[in-house]
Amino acid sequence: MLQYFARRLMVAIPSLLGISVVLFTVLALAPGDPFEELATNPAIPPEVRENLRTQFGLDDPVHIRYLRWLLAMLQGDWGYSFVSRVNVDDLILQRLPTTILIIGSSQILALLIALPVGIMAARRPYSVFDQVANTLAFIGFSLPTFFTGLLLILLFSIALDWLPFVYRADIDATGWRWWWEHLRQSIMPVLVLGLFQGAALTRFVRSAMLDVIRLDYVTTARSKGLPERTVINRHVVRNALIPVVTLMALQVPAVFGGAIVTEQIFRVPGIGSLLISAVLANDTPVIMAVTFVLSVLVVLCNLLADIIYGWLDPRISYR
Amino acid sequence: MDHEKLHRLVGAVKSGRLSRRGFVRRLAAVGLTAPMATQILALAGAAPAAAQAPSGYTPTRAGGGGPLKILYWQGATLLNPHFAVGTKDQDGSRLFYEPLAGWAPDGTLVPFLAAEIPSVENGGLAQDGRSVTWTLRRDVKWHDGEQFSADDVIFNHEYATNPATASVTIGTYRDVKVEKVDDFTVRVHFDKPTPFWAEAFVGTRGMIIPRHKFRDFVGDKSRDAPTNLSPVGTSAYRFTEFKPGDIVKGERNPGYYLASRPYFDTVEVKGGGDAVSAARAVLQTGEWDYAWNLQVEDEILKRLEAAGRGRVNIVDTGNIEFIQLQNTDPWTEVEGERGSVKSRHPTLTDPAVREALNLLVDRKAIQDFIYGRTGIATANYVNNPPRFRSPNTSFEFNIAKANEILDRGGWTRGAGGIRAKDGRQLKFVFQTSINAPRQKTQAIIKQACQRAGIELELKSVTASVFFSSDVANPDTYTKFFADMQMYTTTMSQPDPQIFMEAFVSWEASTRENKWQGRNITRWRSEEYDRTWRAATAELDPIKRAALLIQCNDLVIQNRVVIPVVARPLVSASSRTLRDSLSGWDNTFWNLRDWFRDRQS
Repeated sequence: MLQYFARRLMVAIPSLLGISVVLFTVLALAPGDPFEELATNPAIPPEVRENLRTQFGLDDPVHIRYLRWLLAMLQGDWGYSFVSRVNVDDLILQRLPTTILIIGSSQILALLIALPVGIMAARRPYSVFDQVANTLAFIGFSLPTFFTGLLLILLFSIALDWLPFVYRADIDATGWRWWWEHLRQSIMPVLVLGLFQGAALTRFVRSAMLDVIRLDYVTTARSKGLPERTVINRHVVRNALIPVVTLMALQVPAVFGGAIVTEQIFRVPGIGSLLISAVLANDTPVIMAVTFVLSVLVVLCNLLADIIYGWLDPRISYR
Repeated sequence: MDHEKLHRLVGAVKSGRLSRRGFVRRLAAVGLTAPMATQILALAGAAPAAAQAPSGYTPTRAGGGGPLKILYWQGATLLNPHFAVGTKDQDGSRLFYEPLAGWAPDGTLVPFLAAEIPSVENGGLAQDGRSVTWTLRRDVKWHDGEQFSADDVIFNHEYATNPATASVTIGTYRDVKVEKVDDFTVRVHFDKPTPFWAEAFVGTRGMIIPRHKFRDFVGDKSRDAPTNLSPVGTSAYRFTEFKPGDIVKGERNPGYYLASRPYFDTVEVKGGGDAVSAARAVLQTGEWDYAWNLQVEDEILKRLEAAGRGRVNIVDTGNIEFIQLQNTDPWTEVEGERGSVKSRHPTLTDPAVREALNLLVDRKAIQDFIYGRTGIATANYVNNPPRFRSPNTSFEFNIAKANEILDRGGWTRGAGGIRAKDGRQLKFVFQTSINAPRQKTQAIIKQACQRAGIELELKSVTASVFFSSDVANPDTYTKFFADMQMYTTTMSQPDPQIFMEAFVSWEASTRENKWQGRNITRWRSEEYDRTWRAATAELDPIKRAALLIQCNDLVIQNRVVIPVVARPLVSASSRTLRDSLSGWDNTFWNLRDWFRDRQS
């Protein structure tokens, strides 16, 4: 097991290196530069721009810049933002808690919806409940988050005036009021992400359940006279959850991706909005760091999925 | 304009022989607007300079105003004014730092850290225009309690001019020398007579940072200064919290040097999101007090305003959306360079074609149907301050007249109705950045041109490419490898001298200067060069204004550019907020005067 883990980690290193090469080259080839605003301002002489370019090493060839970046990265130096001149790791650490809070709560919400609804639907396939759940799930994952986000804002903030639509990471309040304000402003972003995730998961849980529920051992369990509750909870759900867990792990990066848009709409100061503003400002070190963090997440989540899979299903062996 | 006559009139006002109103009326008779006339009086020293900002600040005690909540759709990313690249960063810095003086909306100076505005009368301005002496306030303390003095001002000059600091303000400071006269007097020296002296230590790039905090962080070490992220300034609000790109917070500075200011207890500037939803949070839900720079269609703004919770602020600036006409040949290489100054555009250099194009831009329709209150049709390149606005120009939209001019110029309609002369067709590539109003404007112009036998090929380039300084990309606006192009240029000072430098021949944007020259149309005129040079050396403000107006007229009459709409600054305020905004300075230039009027 440990050997397998170590080997997988070793394999991950060249793939991460490859990813970083691709990211860096794409960013280097992309048009635009971080000093656009300097270029259009007549009061700033062009030498200033030239000076900054040399200072930030933008005039060196791509491969040299990449090697410099890689060496610094290996030493734990993430570089600093061209725009705010703050260390990139500081920027990311500042934003991470908010993103994790929002994404974590939305994943929990997704699970809270998907598990009961999916299980119920699978127990009586093609019943009214199943049909309704299916239709809603279909609508849920067909609507992109930026659309549902705007709909919720229009409904709850503008028509009803119940919820604020500008997220503030720090609220001037203490005790209950602080919790209350945080809850109020998190409802919409969490709902948008949670419902989107939940809808897809519901359908997946349902089909995984249906696959298992028809198997012979379930019939055996039933004919043994076990109560229905035990059959479903102990025998069906447990086995049906194996692929669901894998899917959840594999979807974590996708959730981060979806959160980018949602964060922008609700002004949530998370990783996603950091990435968007960095892209708009051509702030290469920040874009590089955030995308690299996301790709590390993908690789790690894949690994995690494989490991959990084996843990849940002992028939799979690691060699 | 006859400046000698003007001088006689100003003299008459000064000595009391002519009333100010009479003066304005006399000027109106020769076609000068009232605001222009008053500004001429102010320039000549016959009227008091704006001593205080015209904000109508009424609160009688400081504090008690609660929180002030401001939305920026791009959050401030750094809080050191010497590194502040864009408006958002300058504004963020301006919350805590102040310059010696700021620019009022009418383009006059208001003292902040200076005790008074230098003038010839008070001995602040040297007669030969080679130096300006600033007297500083003695009652200013930094937010940490240290005394503000001339040493801080001198230090800012050293800090900014050190090339290793890589400050964006270096251009403002490197050509001047600064001398400490005493602890509260500073003299700025210019190496030649400088009529526009109010640049160093003034306005957006003039904010003063504390010497005692930055002394050890000059040059290479500038990035490591902790105060970069937690500013210690002199302003009415002092720093409490900053997260780059997200939020800047401040609280009332109880030790502020002006009595009964500021009004609000805390100020919070939140970044991120988009302009439309920012407008919505102020105008429709009233959740926030102020939303910055609303580049939103006027129609949407009007609809949001209908909710009655806020109002849209339109503030005059010198920014202009305009069309540049090519002078060199962008399609053939001369010595391996497209658009070389050695070439001439084969068709666009014919004055008849330029005249026709000028008649084919329907500015009125562009204002009415695209920009609304956010873009005012104009015939001038320099529109503000009023004292520099030319009264000699006008615009019209007239297809028949354009056709007539082209007929007379020998351009006859050929295949497909496109005009041609000597085998050269009137076909032009018209480029701009991708931006909905710009594409609509392009379409309006294309339609009109079609009816006059000119074919336009419309090209739109992603903004991040179009406005980049990427030397390798052929589609940047500074290269201008097209026949016509349209964008907005900003006028950052209430003085057109630098703004008009964009047409002098030695600034032509070429391969030699990596297309960083400011003369993008590559137009070259000896007459223009001479006039601009004369303006930069002219110390008499009235003669100088006349010369700069002449510069504008030369550019307009030769159809070097076709102005489309003047772009004011658009923002939104809640109904009760009394803000104090200026198109010549940062949004927060006069934040100390913002208050809430509970009555309305």
